[in-house]
Amino acid sequence: MHDLSPLTPLGNAEPSMETIGEVTLTEVTDVALASVAARLGREEDTRAALKKVIGADAPETSRHAGSTLRAFWTGPDQWMVEAPLETHEDLAKMLSNEIGAAASITEQTDAWCRFDLVGRDLFRALELLCAADTADWSGGEVQRCSIEHLGCFVLCRDPSTISILGPRSAAGSLHHALVTACHAAF
Amino acid sequence: MIINHPILGPRDAAEFVYKGDASLINRPDPQSDNAAERFYEYGYLRDNPAGLHRELWFHEQGDRSWLVVTRDTTTHEITKVELARDVARAEGRSR
Repeated sequence: MHDLSPLTPLGNAEPSMETIGEVTLTEVTDVALASVAARLGREEDTRAALKKVIGADAPETSRHAGSTLRAFWTGPDQWMVEAPLETHEDLAKMLSNEIGAAASITEQTDAWCRFDLVGRDLFRALELLCAADTADWSGGEVQRCSIEHLGCFVLCRDPSTISILGPRSAAGSLHHALVTACHAAF
Repeated sequence: MIINHPILGPRDAAEFVYKGDASLINRPDPQSDNAAERFYEYGYLRDNPAGLHRELWFHEQGDRSWLVVTRDTTTHEITKVELARDVARAEGRSR
Protein backbone atom coordinates (compact mmCIF):
# COMPACT_ATOMS: atom_id res chain seq x y z
CA MET A 1 0.00 0.00 0.00
CA HIS A 2 1.13 3.51 -0.72
CA ASP A 3 1.38 5.77 2.27
CA LEU A 4 0.09 9.06 0.88
CA SER A 5 -0.75 12.17 2.83
CA PRO A 6 -3.73 14.23 1.66
CA LEU A 7 -3.15 17.92 0.92
CA THR A 8 -5.66 20.69 1.49
CA PRO A 9 -6.94 22.67 -1.53
CA LEU A 10 -4.28 25.31 -0.79
CA GLY A 11 -1.64 22.56 -0.95
CA ASN A 12 -0.72 22.30 2.73
CA ALA A 13 -0.77 19.41 5.18
CA GLU A 14 -3.12 21.29 7.52
CA PRO A 15 -5.97 23.70 6.70
CA SER A 16 -4.86 27.32 6.78
CA MET A 17 -6.34 29.84 9.17
CA GLU A 18 -5.63 33.52 9.51
CA THR A 19 -6.96 36.53 11.34
CA ILE A 20 -7.39 39.82 9.53
CA GLY A 21 -8.56 42.63 11.77
CA GLU A 22 -11.27 40.95 13.86
CA VAL A 23 -12.24 38.49 11.12
CA THR A 24 -10.95 34.94 10.81
CA LEU A 25 -10.61 33.22 7.47
CA THR A 26 -10.45 29.42 7.71
CA GLU A 27 -9.93 26.78 5.07
CA VAL A 28 -12.52 24.03 5.70
CA THR A 29 -11.64 20.49 4.63
CA ASP A 30 -13.77 18.24 6.83
CA VAL A 31 -17.02 18.38 4.83
CA ALA A 32 -18.27 15.86 2.26
CA LEU A 33 -20.38 17.13 -0.64
CA ALA A 34 -22.74 15.54 -3.14
CA SER A 35 -25.14 17.15 -5.60
CA VAL A 36 -28.74 16.03 -6.03
CA ALA A 37 -30.61 16.84 -9.25
CA ALA A 38 -34.22 15.67 -9.55
CA ARG A 39 -35.04 13.76 -12.70
CA LEU A 40 -37.87 14.89 -14.97
CA GLY A 41 -41.21 14.11 -13.35
CA ARG A 42 -39.59 12.91 -10.09
CA GLU A 43 -39.25 16.35 -8.47
CA GLU A 44 -41.68 15.65 -5.61
CA ASP A 45 -40.13 12.22 -4.91
CA THR A 46 -36.73 13.88 -4.67
CA ARG A 47 -38.02 16.55 -2.29
CA ALA A 48 -39.60 13.89 -0.06
CA ALA A 49 -36.43 11.77 0.01
CA LEU A 50 -34.24 14.80 0.67
CA LYS A 51 -36.53 15.82 3.52
CA LYS A 52 -35.97 12.42 5.12
CA VAL A 53 -32.20 12.70 4.69
CA ILE A 54 -31.69 16.19 6.13
CA GLY A 55 -34.59 16.19 8.62
CA ALA A 56 -36.08 19.39 7.20
CA ASP A 57 -38.05 20.46 4.15
CA ALA A 58 -35.96 20.54 0.97
CA PRO A 59 -34.68 24.12 0.84
CA GLU A 60 -36.58 26.59 -1.31
CA THR A 61 -34.92 28.99 -3.72
CA SER A 62 -31.67 30.50 -2.40
CA ARG A 63 -31.99 28.83 1.04
CA HIS A 64 -30.25 26.08 2.98
CA ALA A 65 -31.56 23.78 5.73
CA GLY A 66 -30.83 20.67 7.81
CA SER A 67 -28.60 19.76 10.75
CA THR A 68 -25.86 17.10 10.59
CA LEU A 69 -26.67 16.67 6.94
CA ARG A 70 -27.47 20.01 5.31
CA ALA A 71 -28.71 20.82 1.84
CA PHE A 72 -28.47 24.09 -0.03
CA TRP A 73 -30.36 25.15 -3.14
CA THR A 74 -28.23 25.33 -6.28
CA GLY A 75 -30.86 25.63 -9.03
CA PRO A 76 -34.42 24.61 -9.90
CA ASP A 77 -34.94 21.10 -8.42
CA GLN A 78 -31.22 20.85 -7.60
CA TRP A 79 -29.41 20.86 -4.30
CA MET A 80 -25.98 20.26 -2.80
CA VAL A 81 -25.77 18.16 0.37
CA GLU A 82 -23.08 18.76 3.01
CA ALA A 83 -22.10 16.25 5.70
CA PRO A 84 -19.17 15.65 8.09
CA LEU A 85 -16.42 13.96 6.08
CA GLU A 86 -15.34 11.75 8.97
CA THR A 87 -18.69 9.94 9.16
CA HIS A 88 -19.98 10.46 5.59
CA GLU A 89 -17.03 10.00 3.27
CA ASP A 90 -19.34 7.89 1.06
CA LEU A 91 -22.06 10.57 1.05
CA ALA A 92 -22.95 10.16 -2.64
CA LYS A 93 -23.46 6.42 -2.23
CA MET A 94 -25.54 6.92 0.89
CA LEU A 95 -27.75 9.49 -0.88
CA SER A 96 -28.03 7.23 -3.88
CA ASN A 97 -29.34 4.45 -1.65
CA GLU A 98 -31.84 6.82 0.00
CA ILE A 99 -33.09 8.70 -3.06
CA GLY A 100 -32.75 5.94 -5.65
CA ALA A 101 -33.63 6.68 -9.27
CA ALA A 102 -35.65 9.82 -8.45
CA ALA A 103 -32.53 11.97 -8.77
CA SER A 104 -29.04 12.02 -10.20
CA ILE A 105 -26.45 12.08 -7.40
CA THR A 106 -22.90 13.20 -8.04
CA GLU A 107 -19.92 13.07 -5.69
CA GLN A 108 -18.61 16.65 -5.28
CA THR A 109 -16.29 16.53 -2.25
CA ASP A 110 -12.99 17.13 -4.02
CA ALA A 111 -14.42 19.48 -6.67
CA TRP A 112 -14.74 22.39 -4.25
CA CYS A 113 -12.69 24.29 -1.73
CA ARG A 114 -14.38 26.05 1.14
CA PHE A 115 -13.40 29.09 3.17
CA ASP A 116 -15.32 30.28 6.21
CA LEU A 117 -15.32 33.92 7.25
CA VAL A 118 -16.21 34.57 10.88
CA GLY A 119 -16.62 38.04 12.36
CA ARG A 120 -18.84 41.10 12.38
CA ASP A 121 -19.98 43.10 9.35
CA LEU A 122 -18.71 40.51 6.87
CA PHE A 123 -20.71 42.23 4.13
CA ARG A 124 -18.02 44.93 4.07
CA ALA A 125 -15.59 42.43 2.54
CA LEU A 126 -18.19 40.55 0.47
CA GLU A 127 -19.54 43.67 -1.20
CA LEU A 128 -16.07 44.10 -2.70
CA LEU A 129 -16.15 40.54 -4.03
CA CYS A 130 -19.58 39.67 -5.38
CA ALA A 131 -23.03 40.96 -6.36
CA ALA A 132 -24.92 39.30 -3.48
CA ASP A 133 -26.84 41.56 -1.08
CA THR A 134 -25.06 40.11 1.94
CA ALA A 135 -25.76 43.17 4.11
CA ASP A 136 -29.42 42.07 4.25
CA TRP A 137 -28.67 38.44 5.09
CA SER A 138 -29.56 37.07 8.51
CA GLY A 139 -28.80 33.33 8.16
CA GLY A 140 -30.10 30.61 5.84
CA GLU A 141 -29.35 32.37 2.55
CA VAL A 142 -27.23 31.00 -0.28
CA GLN A 143 -26.37 32.52 -3.63
CA ARG A 144 -24.21 31.39 -6.48
CA CYS A 145 -22.26 34.30 -7.85
CA SER A 146 -19.02 35.26 -9.49
CA ILE A 147 -16.02 36.02 -7.25
CA GLU A 148 -12.77 36.85 -9.05
CA HIS A 149 -14.35 35.35 -12.23
CA LEU A 150 -14.96 32.07 -10.37
CA GLY A 151 -18.44 30.61 -9.93
CA CYS A 152 -18.78 30.39 -6.13
CA PHE A 153 -21.51 29.59 -3.63
CA VAL A 154 -21.85 32.08 -0.79
CA LEU A 155 -23.73 30.71 2.23
CA CYS A 156 -24.82 32.66 5.29
CA ARG A 157 -24.74 30.26 8.30
CA ASP A 158 -25.57 33.05 10.74
CA PRO A 159 -25.00 36.83 10.60
CA SER A 160 -21.36 36.43 11.61
CA THR A 161 -20.47 33.26 9.69
CA ILE A 162 -20.26 33.07 5.91
CA SER A 163 -19.02 30.06 3.92
CA ILE A 164 -17.65 30.45 0.43
CA LEU A 165 -17.37 27.41 -1.84
CA GLY A 166 -15.33 27.78 -4.98
CA PRO A 167 -13.67 25.51 -7.53
CA ARG A 168 -10.88 23.58 -5.81
CA SER A 169 -8.53 23.98 -8.76
CA ALA A 170 -8.63 27.76 -8.23
CA ALA A 171 -8.38 27.67 -4.41
CA GLY A 172 -5.24 29.82 -4.39
CA SER A 173 -6.84 32.57 -6.51
CA LEU A 174 -10.03 32.55 -4.44
CA HIS A 175 -8.06 32.65 -1.19
CA HIS A 176 -5.99 35.57 -2.49
CA ALA A 177 -9.17 37.47 -3.43
CA LEU A 178 -10.68 36.85 0.02
CA VAL A 179 -7.53 37.92 1.87
CA THR A 180 -7.19 41.06 -0.26
CA ALA A 181 -10.84 42.04 0.31
CA CYS A 182 -10.56 41.40 4.06
CA HIS A 183 -7.43 43.57 4.29
CA ALA A 184 -9.26 46.34 2.40
CA ALA A 185 -12.41 46.13 4.53
CA PHE A 186 -11.11 45.40 8.04
CA MET B 1 -28.67 45.68 -18.63
CA ILE B 2 -30.68 43.91 -15.93
CA ILE B 3 -32.47 40.61 -16.54
CA ASN B 4 -35.39 39.98 -14.20
CA HIS B 5 -34.86 36.27 -13.51
CA PRO B 6 -38.23 34.52 -12.90
CA ILE B 7 -36.90 32.74 -9.78
CA LEU B 8 -34.07 34.91 -8.49
CA GLY B 9 -35.23 38.43 -9.32
CA PRO B 10 -33.23 41.18 -11.02
CA ARG B 11 -29.69 40.15 -11.94
CA ASP B 12 -26.94 41.87 -13.87
CA ALA B 13 -26.63 40.73 -17.49
CA ALA B 14 -22.92 40.04 -16.84
CA GLU B 15 -23.99 36.89 -14.95
CA PHE B 16 -25.59 35.52 -18.12
CA VAL B 17 -24.37 34.21 -21.44
CA TYR B 18 -26.30 34.82 -24.66
CA LYS B 19 -27.15 31.55 -26.39
CA GLY B 20 -29.00 32.62 -29.53
CA ASP B 21 -32.48 32.75 -31.00
CA ALA B 22 -35.17 31.06 -28.86
CA SER B 23 -36.34 29.12 -31.92
CA LEU B 24 -33.41 26.77 -31.18
CA ILE B 25 -35.79 25.10 -28.70
CA ASN B 26 -37.76 23.77 -31.69
CA ARG B 27 -35.36 21.17 -33.02
CA PRO B 28 -36.79 19.50 -36.17
CA ASP B 29 -37.86 15.87 -36.17
CA PRO B 30 -34.92 13.90 -37.63
CA GLN B 31 -37.38 11.24 -38.86
CA SER B 32 -39.40 13.61 -41.04
CA ASP B 33 -39.22 13.38 -44.85
CA ASN B 34 -37.67 16.82 -45.28
CA ALA B 35 -35.37 16.55 -42.26
CA ALA B 36 -32.22 17.61 -44.17
CA GLU B 37 -33.81 20.84 -45.34
CA ARG B 38 -35.33 21.60 -41.97
CA PHE B 39 -32.04 21.00 -40.15
CA TYR B 40 -30.33 23.31 -42.65
CA GLU B 41 -32.87 26.01 -41.76
CA TYR B 42 -32.58 25.22 -38.04
CA GLY B 43 -28.80 25.42 -38.14
CA TYR B 44 -28.24 28.40 -40.42
CA LEU B 45 -31.27 30.60 -41.03
CA ARG B 46 -32.17 33.32 -38.53
CA ASP B 47 -34.52 36.27 -38.59
CA ASN B 48 -32.81 39.55 -37.74
CA PRO B 49 -35.66 41.69 -36.42
CA ALA B 50 -35.41 45.36 -35.49
CA GLY B 51 -37.76 45.17 -32.54
CA LEU B 52 -38.99 42.38 -30.28
CA HIS B 53 -36.77 39.28 -30.30
CA ARG B 54 -37.10 36.07 -28.29
CA GLU B 55 -33.70 34.77 -27.28
CA LEU B 56 -32.01 32.23 -25.02
CA TRP B 57 -29.85 33.32 -22.11
CA PHE B 58 -27.93 30.97 -19.78
CA HIS B 59 -27.45 32.02 -16.15
CA GLU B 60 -23.86 30.80 -16.00
CA GLN B 61 -22.76 32.70 -12.88
CA GLY B 62 -25.98 31.89 -11.06
CA ASP B 63 -28.40 28.99 -10.90
CA ARG B 64 -27.40 27.70 -14.36
CA SER B 65 -30.95 27.92 -15.67
CA TRP B 66 -31.78 28.70 -19.30
CA LEU B 67 -34.14 31.60 -19.92
CA VAL B 68 -36.24 32.82 -22.83
CA VAL B 69 -35.87 36.60 -22.81
CA THR B 70 -38.05 38.84 -24.97
CA ARG B 71 -35.90 41.89 -25.78
CA ASP B 72 -36.34 44.85 -28.08
CA THR B 73 -33.21 44.87 -30.22
CA THR B 74 -33.52 48.61 -30.88
CA THR B 75 -33.84 49.74 -27.24
CA HIS B 76 -32.63 46.68 -25.22
CA GLU B 77 -35.86 46.92 -23.23
CA ILE B 78 -36.74 43.49 -21.81
CA THR B 79 -40.48 42.87 -21.72
CA LYS B 80 -40.68 39.21 -20.69
CA VAL B 81 -38.44 36.61 -19.03
CA GLU B 82 -39.43 32.94 -18.77
CA LEU B 83 -37.65 29.74 -17.78
CA ALA B 84 -36.77 27.96 -21.01
CA ARG B 85 -37.89 24.65 -19.56
CA ASP B 86 -41.36 26.07 -18.87
CA VAL B 87 -41.54 27.34 -22.45
CA ALA B 88 -40.38 24.00 -23.81
CA ARG B 89 -42.80 22.03 -21.63
CA ALA B 90 -45.70 24.31 -22.62
CA GLU B 91 -44.87 23.54 -26.26
CA GLY B 92 -44.65 19.81 -25.51
CA ARG B 93 -40.91 19.71 -26.25
CA SER B 94 -39.66 18.27 -22.94
CA ARG B 95 -40.28 14.59 -22.38
